[in-house]
Amino acid sequence: MSLVLMPALSPTMTEGKLAKWLVAEGEAVASGDVIAEIETDKALMEVEALDDGVLASIVVGEGSEAVKVGAVIAEILAEGEKSELGKGNKTEAKTAPAKSPTPQTKSTPTPTPTPAKATSLPATPPSTSTKTTKTTKTTGRIFASPLAKRLAGQHGINLASVKGTGPHGRIVKADIEQAASGGGAAISLVPIGEMVAPTRTPISPMRKAIASRLQQSMQQSPHYYVSMDIEMDALMAARKAINTDLEARTSKASTASKVTLNDMLIKCVAATLMRVPAVNAAWDETHIIQHHQADIAVAVAIEGGLITPIVWAADRKPLTIVSSEVADLIAKARAGRLQAKEFTGGSFTISNLGMYGVSAFTAVINPPHAAILAVAAARPTPVVKDGQIVVANIMQACLSCDHRVVDGAVGAEWMAQFKAIVENPILASVTI
Amino acid sequence: MPDTNKTCDIAIIGGGPGGYVAAIRASQLGKRAIVIEKENMGGVCLNWGCIPTKALLRTAEVMHLAQNAKAFGISVGKVEADLTAIIARSRQVAKTLSSGISHLMRKNRIEVVAATARLDGKHGSNWRIACDDKTTITAPIVILATGARARELPKVKTDDKYVVTYRQAMMPKTLPKSLLVVGSGAIGMEFASFYADIGVECTVLEAAPRILPVEDEEISALAAKQFAARGIKLHTNVMLDSLEVNKNQVTATATTGKKSAVFTADRAILAVGISANTEHLGLENTKIKLDKKGHVVTNGVGLTDEAGVYAIGDMTGGPWLAHKASHEGIIAVEHSVGGTPHQFTAGDVAGCTYCRPQIASIGLTEAAAKEAGMDIRIGRFPFKGNGKAIALGDDEGLIKTIFDKKTGALLGAHMIGPEVTELIQGFAIARTCEATEAELMHTIFPHPTLSEAMHESVLDAYGRVLHF
Repeated sequence: MSLVLMPALSPTMTEGKLAKWLVAEGEAVASGDVIAEIETDKALMEVEALDDGVLASIVVGEGSEAVKVGAVIAEILAEGEKSELGKGNKTEAKTAPAKSPTPQTKSTPTPTPTPAKATSLPATPPSTSTKTTKTTKTTGRIFASPLAKRLAGQHGINLASVKGTGPHGRIVKADIEQAASGGGAAISLVPIGEMVAPTRTPISPMRKAIASRLQQSMQQSPHYYVSMDIEMDALMAARKAINTDLEARTSKASTASKVTLNDMLIKCVAATLMRVPAVNAAWDETHIIQHHQADIAVAVAIEGGLITPIVWAADRKPLTIVSSEVADLIAKARAGRLQAKEFTGGSFTISNLGMYGVSAFTAVINPPHAAILAVAAARPTPVVKDGQIVVANIMQACLSCDHRVVDGAVGAEWMAQFKAIVENPILASVTI
Repeated sequence: MPDTNKTCDIAIIGGGPGGYVAAIRASQLGKRAIVIEKENMGGVCLNWGCIPTKALLRTAEVMHLAQNAKAFGISVGKVEADLTAIIARSRQVAKTLSSGISHLMRKNRIEVVAATARLDGKHGSNWRIACDDKTTITAPIVILATGARARELPKVKTDDKYVVTYRQAMMPKTLPKSLLVVGSGAIGMEFASFYADIGVECTVLEAAPRILPVEDEEISALAAKQFAARGIKLHTNVMLDSLEVNKNQVTATATTGKKSAVFTADRAILAVGISANTEHLGLENTKIKLDKKGHVVTNGVGLTDEAGVYAIGDMTGGPWLAHKASHEGIIAVEHSVGGTPHQFTAGDVAGCTYCRPQIASIGLTEAAAKEAGMDIRIGRFPFKGNGKAIALGDDEGLIKTIFDKKTGALLGAHMIGPEVTELIQGFAIARTCEATEAELMHTIFPHPTLSEAMHESVLDAYGRVLHF
């Protein structure tokens, strides 16, 4: 007999949505079979059966929101076994989230992480994870009377913002009426026909995650910014050469695609991180975590938010591998099919808004990283070279640094090295 | 003159359902309470109101069933009412409960002082209460719970035999042949129903345009129809001019519209409302105010204009119901000890009339909801569509529910028919929990029960009635 518990897909996950049951009650399952899909704040995740048997009962129905980690979601029984459900298991559901490795304490003395380690479950510093857990605890179920809930909906009042005065702090009709009368200023009549009321949409798990992580980042990491104008002509020329070469050497049937400027920037960033490793680090309250490989997260805009899948050990991967991995991660991200391990952790983030033509921007550090690089568009710009005004493709890059880990001179040194590599891409292959 | 001084945390004047419940709550909260009662613990409710009249109405119901036993396949002999035994049973029921209250007082270590109490000024932060000028009680908190008595009309003289109020009406020495009931509120209709069932010819006189004037009009009309069918004569829009006793006969002279009318009967019961008992309490020397109708003015938790003095129950105004008094008692005590009591909402007090047919209601009537400018939905379900009611042989009646169209809030419920006084609590809970039509529709009502008619009424309000 085994009870299937709601898995924790990341250390900060406290609840998730049971998106879909792939096996019906009464169907046979084998260990390793995918039996359900869980939707977390960022992606769909598969739940595997841990035992052979029959999916005897589904406890948490398809589409259930906010299923607590560790809650019993189903029971698998082998032949002849009796159900344990109803003996208190439903309520006693032990919290048994997948324990995340804690490399910051164990691996620091002998810092030799392996790629296998890097692909294991997230290595978020415990300080962050406990903090997040604490905040999510307070955002539990909101108790409100049915009428109060309906009135809140009609008045567009967020129940979370209302203080309940009913039994046990329950929100009652009077609380909503008060909130409505307090906040509702009279609308002046303007001659534009009927007023169109704003609509309210409950925030998605992803939006919640983005909000809490980035707010936490801005509040806890002292950000400062270092920007530089970088000439892109050399990198663009190199890209052209590489793609011509790739095209010539691969058969037409092959699906090998061209490398993008972004792929090349990932390699440049990886090389820079190897040259200035102090940026490839993380703050952990009592320790500094030093990464020894460039695990580069790439911000990808997706429906309803963004996600940062990671190219692990980008410093050691050839450009073509990086390129195909990035293409694969982006496709999975847009399909909502990323596995938690593919977007959790990492050591550095790149946010590229160049395709929108932005001239410059700054980015919010993606915890637990110590820095993020904001990449703007490369634009033909008049520059002075050897006393002459010439046109060059200039891209502005801006590094946001966590001052707790990366001091100003270090950030500036990193930018200088990055500029040197991008403007002379062959240097990316020099690893010393 | 022997003078005893007593002190306590909360002194409660009046041992009715407001006062004695307040005392128990005080005891639960670790406070020492003393109840001062001049007559019987349990007050009017238990001794001269709710309880003994329910015993009488049960008798009437048994009588009615016995008379109709044939319809159920039972043959009985001649069915006769034994007035002495009927009254004796009613008194016994009251006595049983009264001794039950004495037990409750002992159990909760509440001292009961049998005396008439009067506020005798404040000394420091304590109130002094003089009890029959023998005992003095000192307490920082006083709860006035002296109730009310039958209202009398200026032109009408009551006596103990011919023109009576509820107290004598529940202990007649002989049965009159005919009876005039002045006032068609809950008390009037319960007496009319009881007397009619035991064979008295009843005539009800009501000043308002309809009987049971506080109920929903539709319910009033259905009640009138059923009373009339039982032979009870109902006269509305009747303004009583005089009520005189002549040669063992009571003659009522009244004006109906522009005409005058005369009604005669062997006896008359005056049931024209009640007056608050605020006299001889020493209120005149305090800041405590009375409203135009003579009720003590209190705030939402029962506090009067004097710090430390609360007033609860009938003496503070309507609805004049025991359960309202008890709740106010609990709220006052909890507030007096610094707690945060629940809110009292007059609209959430269910009103029950135990006549045949029974009538129960809570919240707004259709007219009141419309007058308040509310956009409403109305559901109706007749007991004729309810299996249990048909099986009981008691399928006259209706359950009417009123919802706010916009929010789905249950604004009111109005019921007439079998056991509706027992059913109304379902809607009371729904209102307290702020349920909407959705929760009421989703609630699984057991079958076969009379309560299914409540469910159906809600469904009907939303065009989803199943069995009609």
